Amino acid sequence: MEHIDHLKVFETKIEQDINIEAKDWMPDDYRKHLIRQISQHAHSEVIGMQPEGNWITRAPSLRAKKILLAKIQDEGGHGLYLYSAAETLGIGRDELIQQLHDGKAKYSNIFNYPSLTWADIGAIGWLVDGAAIVNQVSLQRTSYGPYSRAMVRICKEESFHQRQGYEIMAKMMAGTAAQREMAQDAMNRWWWPALMMFGPHDTDSPHTGNAVKWKIKRQSNDTLRQKFIDKTVQQAEVIGLTIPDPDLKWNEEKKSYDHGEINWNEFREVINGNGPCNRQRMSNHIKAHEEGEWVRKAASAYSNKQKLRVSQ
Amino acid sequence: MTHQEALLTLTLRLGDDPLILGHRLGEWCSKAPILEEDLALTNMALDLIGRAEVILRYAAEVEGKGQTEDDLAYRRGERRFYNHLLVEQPNGNFANTIARQLFISAYESFYYTELMNSKDATLSAIAHKAIKEIKYHLKHASDWTIRLGDGTEESHHKMQEAINELWMYTGELFETDDIDEQMSESGIAPLPAELFGKWKSLMIDILSEAKLSLPDEGFMQTGSRQGVHTEYLGYILADMQYLQRAYPDAKW
Ligand SMILES: [Fe+2]
Ligand SMILES: [Fe+2]
Repeated sequence: MEHIDHLKVFETKIEQDINIEAKDWMPDDYRKHLIRQISQHAHSEVIGMQPEGNWITRAPSLRAKKILLAKIQDEGGHGLYLYSAAETLGIGRDELIQQLHDGKAKYSNIFNYPSLTWADIGAIGWLVDGAAIVNQVSLQRTSYGPYSRAMVRICKEESFHQRQGYEIMAKMMAGTAAQREMAQDAMNRWWWPALMMFGPHDTDSPHTGNAVKWKIKRQSNDTLRQKFIDKTVQQAEVIGLTIPDPDLKWNEEKKSYDHGEINWNEFREVINGNGPCNRQRMSNHIKAHEEGEWVRKAASAYSNKQKLRVSQ
Repeated sequence: MTHQEALLTLTLRLGDDPLILGHRLGEWCSKAPILEEDLALTNMALDLIGRAEVILRYAAEVEGKGQTEDDLAYRRGERRFYNHLLVEQPNGNFANTIARQLFISAYESFYYTELMNSKDATLSAIAHKAIKEIKYHLKHASDWTIRLGDGTEESHHKMQEAINELWMYTGELFETDDIDEQMSESGIAPLPAELFGKWKSLMIDILSEAKLSLPDEGFMQTGSRQGVHTEYLGYILADMQYLQRAYPDAKW
């Protein structure tokens, strides 16, 4: 039977670490899982532009403004790569955006927190991009070719994001008392949400089974979270920031840090729409999309007219 | 007016246009009709802030009081800003932003082409780099003007309205005063008035391809050459200068 052969070919490729490509046969659930994950990733890049965009007009120096503009553009570019990767699975960007607006597709919870001071721009670059990198580096080895290649491109740009965020924090920690207070406050507000970015503990993670079997996900939530904590704690210490976790301590036996309890109640509330900015982020996106409709219509009307003119 | 004073005013005028327009374009972040345009508009903002930075750095050098480009951008009061009124106008809808960009980029394309031949080596070097960006901005704005003008009935109407609304800020681009005369005589900068003919014929070409009509000359707003602005500038500066003013001892 043909179907069984396809599945076998697919499974053999997965086993031998050969990428699955767009034209290859793949199980429906594999396709569905990828669409969900890649679109969530794409939407996160795009929605993530909002908290950072919040400070473009108020960036405190011309250099800082240029860096922030460049960084946000990178994120939008990541959104484009990822929408294209999702499109290879047979779903269009319009439909993906519709799913986002209908609440069927999600984006990273982290962007439902507000960026209140300039230090938040530092904290986002350093902690949020820092956490994203850990995840994305791991996804460079994901089994779906277009997704894996998008990750390779994205990772090249991400380390600049983390560095510029850390530089903002370092400058502020070397500055006035007010700046140091601002930086520590941002650290206090972003640390725990950054840890939540890796998702629930491995023991409670609903999607892990198939994703691991199909090598979409290469490392577990807790493994990735641990990597992030271990590299970040020292960076904080170097510039004099305190990690807001009284239970954080070095574990000599496992050669990494133990950390305190994550507030999973908060995590669930934010996922369920009750974060400080869920409504604001989504209504901004919907508003821009609706207000832009006449422009998109005009562009397609014009290009249709041009095609007609050429063919005549 | 001494040569130095005239050159300082000229450089502030040249630096403030991209600074304020870059601010306005930055406001589009996460608000554009499609993601590609979000990137295009903020990319232009980035070009403009980069240009403002080098020109204001030069202005600070000409001034010779030990200020930096950031001091000039973040610590100057609104009556000492010399950007054209056009660039501080609000983004409005997408057509308003495109019309504003079309007018200013077309003007800059002629101004900076001349500025490349400036006897002032710094300005000439700045112009050589800027002209490439300006040509791209102009292409982007004229492509959209044509698409919207010749798109749907609604977009045609919106584009025409935007052109009509902003038209009264275009006269100022070609105002020419003693400072321009002095700079032109020294071979440093062109006379804006002399660029009007080329600018207008380009507008006629683009607007006719876009099936839009060119407004009558009509009444033209003025003031920015003397640092007299519309009410919008004060809010732009309140936003832009907030951190530097609130924490005067801080370095960012
Ligand atoms: Fe990104
Ligand atoms: Fe990033």
